[in-house]
Amino acid sequence: MSIRFPIAAILRPHKTLGRSPTKRLAVDDINRRGLIRGAASLGALGLLTGCDVSEEPPVQSLLRTVSAWNDGVQETILRPSHLAPTFSPSQVVKPPRFNAYYDIEDVKPVDGATWKLELVGRIDNKQPWTAQQLYQLPEQEVIIRHVCVEGWDYIGQWSGPNLRDFLHRVGADLTAKYVYFICSDDYTESIDMASALHPQTILATKYAGDVITDPFGYPLRLRTSIKLGYKNAKWIKAIEVSNDFRETFWSKQGFNWFAGI
Amino acid sequence: MSKPDVTAHSLPPRLHPLPLRIMHWINALAIFIMIGSGWKIYNDDVIFGFLHFPDWLVIGKWAQYGLQWHFFGMWIFVLNGLAYISYGIATGRFRRKLFPISVREVFATIGEALRFHLRHDDLTHYNAVQKVLYLGIMLVGILIVISGLALWKPIQFSELAGLFGSFQTIRLVHFLCMSAILAFILVHVTLALLVPQSLVAMVTGGPIVDEGQRQAAPAAPEIEATP
Repeated sequence: MSIRFPIAAILRPHKTLGRSPTKRLAVDDINRRGLIRGAASLGALGLLTGCDVSEEPPVQSLLRTVSAWNDGVQETILRPSHLAPTFSPSQVVKPPRFNAYYDIEDVKPVDGATWKLELVGRIDNKQPWTAQQLYQLPEQEVIIRHVCVEGWDYIGQWSGPNLRDFLHRVGADLTAKYVYFICSDDYTESIDMASALHPQTILATKYAGDVITDPFGYPLRLRTSIKLGYKNAKWIKAIEVSNDFRETFWSKQGFNWFAGI
Repeated sequence: MSKPDVTAHSLPPRLHPLPLRIMHWINALAIFIMIGSGWKIYNDDVIFGFLHFPDWLVIGKWAQYGLQWHFFGMWIFVLNGLAYISYGIATGRFRRKLFPISVREVFATIGEALRFHLRHDDLTHYNAVQKVLYLGIMLVGILIVISGLALWKPIQFSELAGLFGSFQTIRLVHFLCMSAILAFILVHVTLALLVPQSLVAMVTGGPIVDEGQRQAAPAAPEIEATP
């Protein structure tokens, strides 16, 4: 038995800086279960443990196997150079909608002056990059739809170095299978190489023409038109090119790894 | 050595042949999984502010479980649905049971139903309203798969997604298809309980189909001879 978090509330964009929906939901959960189980409880931690059939090991094993099969299906149907529809600057939502596994007020800003991008794995030139160096690279702008796994979407205007160009520049092995993004907030995400090389996959440094602000990933984040929102890692501190598959922040918790759209 | 193949030839054809019954109940299970997990996914970002499905009614305690069930159930629903439609067309069952549909008969049947004069002693014959509803729900089933595909892969299938307009429109269409299926299920199950022999028929196969009627039917298929 393990403690599970109310993921639904965590992924939700928070427009207001009010009371944490995450904490509120957990409290509601305790109240509801408390009513069912009565006062003689196992304590707050016990009350938060799941009792869903989905969590039963054989069921979860089946569901995860199907999810992994769906990764393969998505890889097969991916059209590597098919472009996502783009939009006009007038359709752009400002500021972008916040999403992370915690609330916007809990964002820990990254110091751009001391920050460095580390390069790991199958990359020839592992020399770290400063923000200044990165911000001098040629920029590509994409005005694309952000689709969250929860169902909401918005049009965002992102710019920064194209990831394929960057990987090429640092001598990454473009035949490797995965590109990992290790983040300052202990978040990790990885995408398949075909998606990394997609023409609309960029290392975003700007939103609507201005340097991205702290909650949205300053100084460097991923923005790709062909993945769900949670694959777009923010506050990137290292990029790793590898052939080894490792579970990432959300896939460990049962969300689909490929998460293509 | 020359033992006759009893199962294939000596048992008379029934209203609902075995393959059809199997597909019906697999579909029931798939619909249950898809709607329950769909409600869980819906709850994460509701379309209508007043509508939030209660936790005890949804499948999957957390979002990822709802998603896992939905993308597992979709394979059952789609593969079984394709098998059902292929079977219905190939055996001529759809043509026999659902056509022709006369508009006049539809209104007549509605009138009978409203006066509680509707006859249901012959399970083997669908009235005009039944024909319209069964055909309609199949079209809804096709639309829910198409809108689901557009929701799942709005970029890979951007041409398809573009037909709906915005991403939120696709969600709405997908939701409305679910609502139509739910309404159909309510009527379908209510009537099955009011006419219990129809429910029994979907388990046992139902009445033996009249041989003459069967021969009169176009393209009477071999496969229906297997109960």
